[in-house]
Parts: sequence; C-alpha cells; structure tokens
Amino acid sequence: MSLKNWFLSRRIIIFTGAFIGIAATVLQKLGNPANMGICVACFERDIAGALGFHRAAVVQYIRPEIIGFVLGSLIAALAFKEFKPRGGSSPLIRFVLGFLAMVGSLVFLGCPWRALLRLSGGDGNALFGIAGLVAGISIGIFFIKSGYNLGRNERSRPLAGWILPSIMAGLLLLLLFRINLPTGAVFFSSEGPGSQHAPVLIALLIALIIGFVAQRTRFCTVAAARDVLLIKDTYLFTGVVSLLIAAWLSNMILGQFNPGFQGQPVAHTNQIWNFGGMVLAGLAFTLAGGCPGRQLFLSGEGDSDAAVFVLGMIFGAGFAHNFATASSGAGPGVWGPAAVIAGLIICLIIGYSMSDLTKKKLEDL
Amino acid sequence: MSEKFDVRGLSCPLPVVKVKNKLTELKQGLLEVLVDTGTAKDNVVRMSKNAGWKVEVKEQGEEYLLIITK
Repeated sequence: MSLKNWFLSRRIIIFTGAFIGIAATVLQKLGNPANMGICVACFERDIAGALGFHRAAVVQYIRPEIIGFVLGSLIAALAFKEFKPRGGSSPLIRFVLGFLAMVGSLVFLGCPWRALLRLSGGDGNALFGIAGLVAGISIGIFFIKSGYNLGRNERSRPLAGWILPSIMAGLLLLLLFRINLPTGAVFFSSEGPGSQHAPVLIALLIALIIGFVAQRTRFCTVAAARDVLLIKDTYLFTGVVSLLIAAWLSNMILGQFNPGFQGQPVAHTNQIWNFGGMVLAGLAFTLAGGCPGRQLFLSGEGDSDAAVFVLGMIFGAGFAHNFATASSGAGPGVWGPAAVIAGLIICLIIGYSMSDLTKKKLEDL
Repeated sequence: MSEKFDVRGLSCPLPVVKVKNKLTELKQGLLEVLVDTGTAKDNVVRMSKNAGWKVEVKEQGEEYLLIITK
C-alpha cells in the first residue's frame, strides 16, 4: 500500500479521530477552557476578539490551534503534491455561509468539534446541539439532492492559495511577540475563557500534527454525518465516533468527565436554541461543503473559497458579540433567537436559489 | 461503451454525488471520470468500491482520470 493510500485506510481515520479527541482533552488539561480543548468556531471568535473585531473582553486570544490547522494542512498538501490554488466558486455566498455558521455556532456555544467534546466531557446539553446539527445537515442534503451547486472553481495562480496561510503566519507573529499598540490591540483576555490556554508551542505543535493528518485523511465532522445519510459511506463517521470515544476515555482518565446538564462549562441549558443554533450551523456548513475544521484544512491546500468561508466566520464572530446574538452561560443573547431564524431563512433562500428547484439549471445560465 | 464525465472544480460532495447518479443511470459498462482534487478522487474511488464496481486511477499531471467499470 502506498503512503498516500495508507492515510485513507479505515485504521488511519480511526487514529485521526482518536488523536484529535485525546489531543483536545490534553490541551484542556494544559490550560485550554473546559470542554473546549479544541473548538474551531470559539477559537476563531477569540482571534476576532484579539484583533478588536468585537469587545467581549473575556474571549480575546490568538489561538495557535487555528494557525496550526492551516499550516499543518499546508505542509501536508505541499509534501503530497496536493497544494492546488483554486477559487471562484461563489465566494461571496461562501462568506455569508461562514458568517451564518458562526452565528449559529455561538448560539449553541460551539462548533461540531466542540459539540462532540462537550458530550465527551459529560455535558448533556450537547445532545440537543448534535441533534440540531444532524437536522441542519439533513436540510442541506435535501438541497444537494435537488441539484444545489455553488459552481465550479478555477485553478488560480499560486498567490491566491498562499493568502490565508500568510494571514495565519502573521497572526502567529502577533501571538509570539504580543504586540501592544496604543489602541490596546492586540487584545488578550485577562479573565474568562480567552485567558485560559495551553502553552503556545505545545498547542501549535499538536495543531500542526492535526492539520497534517486531517489534510491527508479528509477528516470532517459534518461530512461524517452527511456521507452516511447521502451516500451510505461510513468512512468519516468512523473517525468522528473514534474522536468521541477517545475524548470520553481520556476525560475519564484525566478527571474531566462531569455528567449533567446544569452548570456545564461555557454552556447554557436552553435546549430550543441549543438545537436551533446548530440547525443553522449544520445547514450553513453543509451548503459550504464541510465543517469549520475542514474549511481550514482546505484553505491550507490552496482553496481560497474555503478561506473566504473562514474569513466569513471571523466576521460573523465580530457581529455575534457586538450585536448580542452570541449566547453566554446564562442563555441565548438578546438577539440570538432572531438571528437564528433570520439565518435559517437566508440559508433556505441560498439553498433554493442555487439548486435546480428554481427550474433553472446552472448550465442554462 | 465509454464516456468521459467531468466533475473538475466542483466542491464536496458534488463530484461523488454526480458520479453516483451517473452510474445509476448506466446499466453496464465503463465510465471515465475526470477529477482534479485528491479528496474528490478518494471519495469517488471509495464509493465505487463500496458499490462493488471496479475502479482504476490514472494520474494525469495534477488531475486524475478514474475508469469505473460497472
């Protein structure tokens, strides 16, 4: 079996899921927030805060995990000749989908990765989020079956593929040198989840490994459910189950398993909006082709459409905290429910308009 | 009978969905598929193998030609 194919065997996707699950719980032990060893949405939100895009003082930090995911994937893509700069598949729609995915995730308080990690730490509220996620993915599948298509991308010159990795390298410099301007930027939380973090170099190293392996194995938490429902393929689903079990076992060993619904870390108990937020996120991720982690890995291999989605998520994080749509431990933000409903309507319009349901096929335009 | 099916440039999961639909229409024979990313190639190969179809992968520069026999 060639090295390329070895990465795609069932064993290696189980290993990938297990490694992510254990790494996340260990990162938590080393300082990351509880049940948030890795959360792509939360960590992009922290980066948005560090750059001053929102004013929630407790969630501002440049998370090296996000940087490592992109750069690890970049290294794998270059090593295996899969760095293919490309873009132009409805980038603005992808930006909006990234924005809405973040809005939904911050109503639940976590992306699909954190939903699994919350469950593995005993947070029962995550079950409602995961149910919402599956519901959102199912709506997305309906559109895919109805011919949903954001159009073909095109190969581009190398620079386009290097933009997001370069931004990540810039963020790494800001993190390492902790530049402090008279404006207050770069902002680093002194209390709350943003102040809780594992040592930078350890987090970066672990994230580089995850980025590398996930680029090779195509790990994706949204495609895991989508592929089972859409094409009866359990490859990625195996990885997600492996993540969940490994994180649960690791939490048990590390003394981080606390079952229950009340008082769970960075979580609320409003189950309607735990569910609703993740319906929106699941739908937006499915319409964009993958979970937030996958969008980072694709960005690392030169996909600038995925990079635009990532920037949409960071923009959405700024909006969610400035406009009180993000939840807190006390419950949904004042405008959270309204934002979820508006977001779902926008996603349904996108799903309908970009599918054959309009009776107008893309080839005819 | 052989025909070439171009799913280059499409993002996940459209390549595998379109190929699967195409193969469902095809009663028997060969389908040549052009893909341009490793992910699309892997997904189509896995789907074909799971369905019990034979699939041969040929690298063509930075793209792949997949020859699926049903």
